[in-house]
Amino acid sequence: MQLDDLYRRVIMDHYKNPRNQGTLDEEAVTVNLNNPTCGDRIQLQMQLEDGIVKQAKFSGEGCSISLSSASMMTEAVKGKSYDEALALADKFSEFIKGEDVEFEELEDIEALSGVSKFPARIKCATLAWNALRKGIEHDNNNNNK
Amino acid sequence: MQLIREQFPILHQDINGHPLIYLDSAATSQKPRSVIDAVKRYYEWDNANVHRGVHTLGSRATDAYEGAREKVAKFIHAASTQEIIFTRGTTASLNLVASSYARAVCGEGDEIVITPMEHHANLIPWQQVVKATGATLKYIPMQPDGTITIEDVEKTITNRTKIVSVTHVSNVLGTINPIKEITAIAHRHGAVMVVDGAQSAPHMKVDVQDLDCDFYAFSGHKMCAPTGIGVLYGKKALLESMEPIEFGGEMIDHVDLTDATWKELPWKFEGGTPIIAGAVGLGAAIDFLTEIGLDVIEEHEHKLSAYAYDRLLTLDDITIYGPVQNRSGLVTFNLGDVHPHDVATVLDTKGVAVRAGHHCCQPLMRWLNVSSTARASFYLYNTEEDVDRLVDALKQTGEFFGHAIG
Repeated sequence: MQLDDLYRRVIMDHYKNPRNQGTLDEEAVTVNLNNPTCGDRIQLQMQLEDGIVKQAKFSGEGCSISLSSASMMTEAVKGKSYDEALALADKFSEFIKGEDVEFEELEDIEALSGVSKFPARIKCATLAWNALRKGIEHDNNNNNK
Repeated sequence: MQLIREQFPILHQDINGHPLIYLDSAATSQKPRSVIDAVKRYYEWDNANVHRGVHTLGSRATDAYEGAREKVAKFIHAASTQEIIFTRGTTASLNLVASSYARAVCGEGDEIVITPMEHHANLIPWQQVVKATGATLKYIPMQPDGTITIEDVEKTITNRTKIVSVTHVSNVLGTINPIKEITAIAHRHGAVMVVDGAQSAPHMKVDVQDLDCDFYAFSGHKMCAPTGIGVLYGKKALLESMEPIEFGGEMIDHVDLTDATWKELPWKFEGGTPIIAGAVGLGAAIDFLTEIGLDVIEEHEHKLSAYAYDRLLTLDDITIYGPVQNRSGLVTFNLGDVHPHDVATVLDTKGVAVRAGHHCCQPLMRWLNVSSTARASFYLYNTEEDVDRLVDALKQTGEFFGHAIG
């Protein structure tokens, strides 16, 4: 197992220069999630309109894997419909378990493929995606009320 | 030391192409051959339920289980085997004190005193008692180096204090707390003293009568024994005054349709079939440790910890937490901006196993103003070469991340 398999250049780039880091105004849907085993936490804010993820920003503390994954996730889901975003989250779940999956939406994500060989780190990679699911489900529930 | 290492089968393997360097004994220790064999022998020859079988295996199993209790009593110098309750571990032991003793004696206006360095196991049970009884939770403040002073102990404990519960050794900072002195102050105010011994019993000679503490809790798995077995020591008079928290078989004396009475100590606190094989393993672990000598183990770890502290300080960008002097066998640190998870993953690829995270001490992490840390913890089987391997691997981590990020 080589370190470079896990820490690809693309990952380090997202870690060093995170896309969509920051906050949105208070009308945005806000999800706070943490990883209780390690203390990592993420705040994901999304502007959700007419079933579309218009804007997504994140902040928080975490390792290179969790922060780069959050950066990539926000890039990938912007402009996607809820169904498309949730389908992408499902695809990511398969991918991170080691399935061979392509991300035509954002090829950068494929750099995280090495994570599947580090079982202890899978939770780091999925944190932001779990926040995405939670945010969309929350909005769906509100709209159905 | 080589002779000791040879007795731990798990240490002789490669991890990711490198010889395993196990530096996570504060989480759980590895097990020597003698303990593994004792558990195996028990299941292959003696296994039966205890305290009820008339048959030969039943009495062998009972002898093995109660024999382990005698070893534990001797190990911590308890006055009697009646003061040794077998539990699942430190968490269960502390919860037993909180649920039985504390809930019975605490009320509105009473105080429970702890420190900010407590493991969640010595914090959350008290939070729950406070919620249920209206008592308040008070903290003995910490110095910047993660120690507490006797003056602050004096200031915090009052005549309203019913319970003082302090860890003997911090699992993050390596601080060794002055338990004997704190106990004396607690007693002067009529409070009982509870000690979380999870990080002390495996590593130093503990004499509960000398400490004079009222309760002392520890786990087998951190001291070469299997998981799932632990101990609550309690002074006999206190244990006798307490109600059981688990009811059922094993713990009863007389049962009729509407009521029941309890067995005498220690069995009234051991409802259900106990952790027999675990106790047998704990007995074997105590034999193993006492044969080497707890003073020898303590001295070895003390030297190793000091060596590690000095070697780690040679690294660029390292932050080490906890006191400089008088520390237990562990070093908690952060390496520049590299997240502890990333540190632990890189070290793992070099065969070095360390812990990364909040170490079940979230309030302490906030006190340190970090979200998590990395920790290398030592035991009798670790050597200076292990520390050297850790330092080399950390150097490479720094270079890798410096290069990858910079």
